[in-house]
Amino acid sequence: MSEATPKFKVTIDNITVEVAPGTTILNAARSIGGDVTPPAMCYYSKLPASGGKCRTCLVEVSKGSEKDPRPMPKLVPSCRTTVMDGMEVKNITSDKVLDARKGIVEFLLLNHPLDCPVCDQAGECDLQNLSYEHGTEQTRYDFPRRTFEKEDLGPNIQLHMTRCILCYRCVFTAEQLTQKREHGVLERGDHAEISTLLGKSLDNEFIGNIIDVCPVGALTDKTFRFKNRVWFTKPVDAHCSCTKCSGKARLWMRGDEVYRVTARKNEWNEVEEWICNECRFERKNAKDWVIEGPSKIKRSSVISQGHYVGTKPTPVVIDKVIGKEPKFLMNIHDVSDVNKPEIELSRIPGPAHSDDFKGNK
Amino acid sequence: MGVKLLLENDHIEGIRYYETYRKNGGYRAAEKALKMTPDEIVEEVKKSGLRGRGGAGFPTGMKWSFLAKPEGVPRHLVCNADESEPGTFKDRYLMEFHPHILIEGLLISSFALGSNATYIYIRGEYAWIPDILEQAIQEAKNNGWLGKNIQGTGFDCEIYVQRGGGAYICGEETALIESLEGKRGNPRMKPPFPAIQGLWMRPTVVNNVETLAAVVPIINIGGEEYAKIGVGRSTGTKLLSVCGNVKKPGVYEIDMTISVEEFIYSEEYCGGMANGKKLKACIPGGSSVPIVPANLLLKTAKGETRMMNYESLSDGGFATGTMMGSGGFIVLDEDQCVVRHTMTLARFYTHESCGQCSPCREGTGWMYKVLKNIEYGKGKMSDIDLLWDIQRRIEGNTICPLGDAAAWPVAAAIRHFRDEFEWHIKNPEESQRRNFGLAHYADPIHVPAGA
Repeated sequence: MSEATPKFKVTIDNITVEVAPGTTILNAARSIGGDVTPPAMCYYSKLPASGGKCRTCLVEVSKGSEKDPRPMPKLVPSCRTTVMDGMEVKNITSDKVLDARKGIVEFLLLNHPLDCPVCDQAGECDLQNLSYEHGTEQTRYDFPRRTFEKEDLGPNIQLHMTRCILCYRCVFTAEQLTQKREHGVLERGDHAEISTLLGKSLDNEFIGNIIDVCPVGALTDKTFRFKNRVWFTKPVDAHCSCTKCSGKARLWMRGDEVYRVTARKNEWNEVEEWICNECRFERKNAKDWVIEGPSKIKRSSVISQGHYVGTKPTPVVIDKVIGKEPKFLMNIHDVSDVNKPEIELSRIPGPAHSDDFKGNK
Repeated sequence: MGVKLLLENDHIEGIRYYETYRKNGGYRAAEKALKMTPDEIVEEVKKSGLRGRGGAGFPTGMKWSFLAKPEGVPRHLVCNADESEPGTFKDRYLMEFHPHILIEGLLISSFALGSNATYIYIRGEYAWIPDILEQAIQEAKNNGWLGKNIQGTGFDCEIYVQRGGGAYICGEETALIESLEGKRGNPRMKPPFPAIQGLWMRPTVVNNVETLAAVVPIINIGGEEYAKIGVGRSTGTKLLSVCGNVKKPGVYEIDMTISVEEFIYSEEYCGGMANGKKLKACIPGGSSVPIVPANLLLKTAKGETRMMNYESLSDGGFATGTMMGSGGFIVLDEDQCVVRHTMTLARFYTHESCGQCSPCREGTGWMYKVLKNIEYGKGKMSDIDLLWDIQRRIEGNTICPLGDAAAWPVAAAIRHFRDEFEWHIKNPEESQRRNFGLAHYADPIHVPAGA
């Protein structure tokens, strides 16, 4: 047995946890989970150089360490700050942090088009979640937003730079995948843009993964664009025998039809294993896959609301107490017909429309 | 006359060339330094109390002693000549007219730090200066001051001049290192600091041109003697580049014992305000530092005379003080509009923000747009509070100090000149025709001491 490695004690929002030296505050907070975990828009644990850019994960260090108890003068990015023994961190218990985070969300949304109703990422967008939790109802920005032309990075990926928040995740992904610096950032400041040199296409076999790492809808899958809303599709874990990648993927299905294939993501919305372009863009037939079962999706996610087929309404205790049925404004189970087993989506020409589910078709 | 160390031989014709420089006591410090041990040189610089001349004022000796010295890993010295701050042009003067003092300083510092490959990262817009520096390097090489086995000591040193692409952000030390490595000039996250992992992940020291040049007089006269010049922790001499509405703008060397009043009004330095106008405001350390109105510039909030040194200028913190900064002394007279001035600075920072972290990328542009509205008579009263809120949320929340540098001028302008902003908003049409003027900023109205 090797000797036990020393563990650092770190207290985040009054919850103490022991982590290995070299762990970042963010990862220590993730090991606690729940609300004390700072949100991260640019940090990605699979991309070593990522993090520190979006500033949403700023936390206050109220005690540096056991040896040097001075607090840190500024808020620090928790994704790039390593823990010290005896460190005390304030996240949601610090007003300073919450105020700064509110500011950051406002900054991130300044030039973001808020075209969620037509954005393919809506429903699984990190920025939506972030602004729902930390944003304000209205923006104070009344100037025109910057816009860019849509750009195709190869046959299957579309870049809609207007939505980009410049997290650099896709740049680091492409840096890992490609030998040369093919995909990067041009210009600077608020007119900085993600692009490839002279608009060249990216043809790496794994380049589709930049769609998965994108926290917003800036990089979208052209084989899925405008086909369906993510919350109407059902995610299932499946695998196939792929020679290039692990073959472990997540299928987004409706009926028997595979609408989209993505890599499997963990609870922090990070890809577990990269998948290849062939699995992602070409294997769109359920017969190519061995379906393992429905994916675990957080109950709070809008994606989970499409999963109700077979679920029973929770028994209402109130019923027994006051002796009458509680009246809902609308019971979604009564009015929606989405995912009815008798409707075969593949028979419907073109993308599905809500009319297709009405009546006795 | 104040003490002059760097510009001592400024009057001698041809001091740019090796022969003249050598004849007038040049490379004497190098001779002396090469007989010392590296640690002794670092000790001497520590004793001198020299503070970084690039803006932050960090003690140079301390910075040098932080340099990691792992076995078998080369170390580098990088000279930061990416002088892009609006209002600052002192390094340009030094490099253009006294290139050899920089080369000599670089040689001594490289010897002290053990750097065999030393880089000068020069701003791209200084298109003609690299030639001057390269000529000086060649002259020094021909005379055995650079290259292999310098003066028989066995120490090798090469100096390379690298032209920048013209980005302000590359004056930030980690962005400079990235740019020098051939990458996009984005500041790195700290830690690790460059002293541990800098250029090509090797220990690196990045110093300003003036800091490195100041090593020459320190070795010449000794660290203790150098520390006697100046007051308190502001030792030695400082180059100031003066621009704006003064009679004699230019580069001046001061010994940090004179008052701000003397500096502006004496014949030896700026020679007073141009065209008989009155002083309205001043930015004493380059565009990033807070602007102060005349009454707070000449006297501190406590009523003491403000001196030209690090401590006195920052007396009163940001509420009533400012900073020494990089020495770009910008003087504004009564005809200047602070709103317009602030807008110009905001435009600069918007343009120069690297776009890496969100508060700076989005916030600077927003501030510029709001200021533009106010300046062109389209502002709202709530815009002033909005500006305050934006700058507050940028400051301290960014990777590098550019965010702070963009936030401070706006904060200071609102803090001291709020009535001028309000006047602009209330009188949108009149503000397009005339300036707000002096108001009470210059009270009590100044009478030059010598007049």
